[in-house]
Amino acid sequence: MGRLIVRRLFYLVVTMLLASVALFLLFELSPEAVVVNELGPYSTQEQRQIWLEQNGFNRPPHERYLAWLSRFAVGDLGHSRLFNVPVAQILATRLGNTAILAAFFFAALIPLSLSLGALAGMKEGSWLDRVISFICVLTASVPPFASTVLLSAILVFSLALLPGTSSMMDGFSYRELIMPVAVLVLYDFGYVARMTRASMAEVMMTPYVRTALLKGLPYRRVILSHALRNALIAPFTVIMLHVNWLVSGVIVVEFFFAFKGFGSLVLEASLAKDLHLLEACTMTTVVIAVCTQLAADIGYMFLNPRIRFK
Amino acid sequence: MTAAPQEQTIAAGDEESRSRGLARLVRAIGLLRESRLAMLGVAIVLFWIVVAVFAPLLAPFSPTANIRPMQPLLSVAPNGGRFWLGTDHLGRDILSRLIYGARTVLIYAPLATLSAYAVGIMAGLLAGYRRGWIDEALSRLGDLVLAFPALVLYIVIISKFGASGFNIILAVTLASGPGIMRIVRGLVLDLSGRAYIAAAQLRGESALYVMLVEILPNCRGPIIVDACLRLGYVVVTIGTLGFLGLGLPPPNPDWGSMINETRQFALIFPYMVVSPCLAVSSLVLGLNLLADGLREISARD
Repeated sequence: MGRLIVRRLFYLVVTMLLASVALFLLFELSPEAVVVNELGPYSTQEQRQIWLEQNGFNRPPHERYLAWLSRFAVGDLGHSRLFNVPVAQILATRLGNTAILAAFFFAALIPLSLSLGALAGMKEGSWLDRVISFICVLTASVPPFASTVLLSAILVFSLALLPGTSSMMDGFSYRELIMPVAVLVLYDFGYVARMTRASMAEVMMTPYVRTALLKGLPYRRVILSHALRNALIAPFTVIMLHVNWLVSGVIVVEFFFAFKGFGSLVLEASLAKDLHLLEACTMTTVVIAVCTQLAADIGYMFLNPRIRFK
Repeated sequence: MTAAPQEQTIAAGDEESRSRGLARLVRAIGLLRESRLAMLGVAIVLFWIVVAVFAPLLAPFSPTANIRPMQPLLSVAPNGGRFWLGTDHLGRDILSRLIYGARTVLIYAPLATLSAYAVGIMAGLLAGYRRGWIDEALSRLGDLVLAFPALVLYIVIISKFGASGFNIILAVTLASGPGIMRIVRGLVLDLSGRAYIAAAQLRGESALYVMLVEILPNCRGPIIVDACLRLGYVVVTIGTLGFLGLGLPPPNPDWGSMINETRQFALIFPYMVVSPCLAVSSLVLGLNLLADGLREISARD
């Protein structure tokens, strides 16, 4: 198990290095593009030359990459042109805000999707299963950008129950979190519930569940203490890997509700072509992805003794 | 499955194999009839295909003509026609834009998906059949791309290369290719121990022939199911990019951009945003139901 973790850590570092090379090639390889982006299309040739020299762009690309990488590695992420603050500062604030959103998202998603999935998977093909499965397909078919608008049209505009923006201008507010979390959960719970259903249905077919039922244990007890524990192993991995999906999801939701989080930061950085900020954001997403992957693998090993003791 | 003689007939007569493939397709659709939900999916998808194909005949107005702004549902147009779904803030008929928007999404989404499959299938066949360092290199490259959240990848690519139909296809290919490669690679690894593969190799067939004629047709089941699901994702992606203002350049109608352009009026004129939302959701629902039905059929085989 220790060796597996070490190997995963090694892959994690390799993936991050490769990602940094890809980002560098995309954004920093051509000094011309960087300087035009920085000084604007109407800057003179002299200005560009001076800027390139001042910022060390006259060195060969591999030297520039190593300098860029070492700067990145020690946490100096550069300066954000858009916000005129160090990138690390704005990134930390926004990540914190999105972490709050993510915490509420998972707090709502996990109980809802696991219980629905387990209910549907208990008796495959029953009417309850059919109804739940159809609801899951239906909600998973409404893209987040459509459900933000539809939900707002109902809850915000027609019924005026909830605020339509989540900019948190007057300090933190739980009410402003409800809409973004609802949109994300609505799109996503169907997927996780279907995974849980498949896992539960599989466990219900295993001999040990049949034995437990045939020897006369109450149905409730078989479900709660025999089947459920094993059925929840697979959805655990799915949920962990969903952190990566969430990064995509929050972009749409934070954009619509003007929530000052990481997702809207990615979009703002790319629309304003704020290179340092965009590079830092993209690297952050890669770090999040590989770390959740690692956490999912380790968690899976702890949950599944068949793998732990191999 | 009696694969070896069957493959020989394919090599012998292309015509015959095509008609047989068609017969199999008809039979598959026949099987779909057993599931009411799958038939609903087929109906929705067919509906939108018909709408897209006959857009010029069905649309009452030009999708880009500015006629009379902010007309409510069912209002009468200056020329005596009707704005069935009203007009938007620029006076364009929403129904016509929806109809032409179906054309946009049903051109770009299948093209992008097809392109992603062309790349993903070739890479997957190569990685699974050749193995060794090719497999290692392609798999690592795939891991790298998959480490980026999909939408972040799109945003980075579009912000670097600009928003155009071609760049959207390129971005979808890059983002979906590795996932497809993984699936195909797994299928190839599973199949490559079969006797008919060894037979083809002994006959001295080229690697390309073995990969495309012997292996690929036998992977089609899971690939078709995945393609249906993925087509739905691509529809969502194109809509999302339009919604974020990174989609196809205006004034050509596409559903995501329609929502983005009119959402600031949603408080007073909710019908402007609701209809494109329903359109895109119904198309995705149709594709998802179709994929579910196909999966059930292939699971039964």
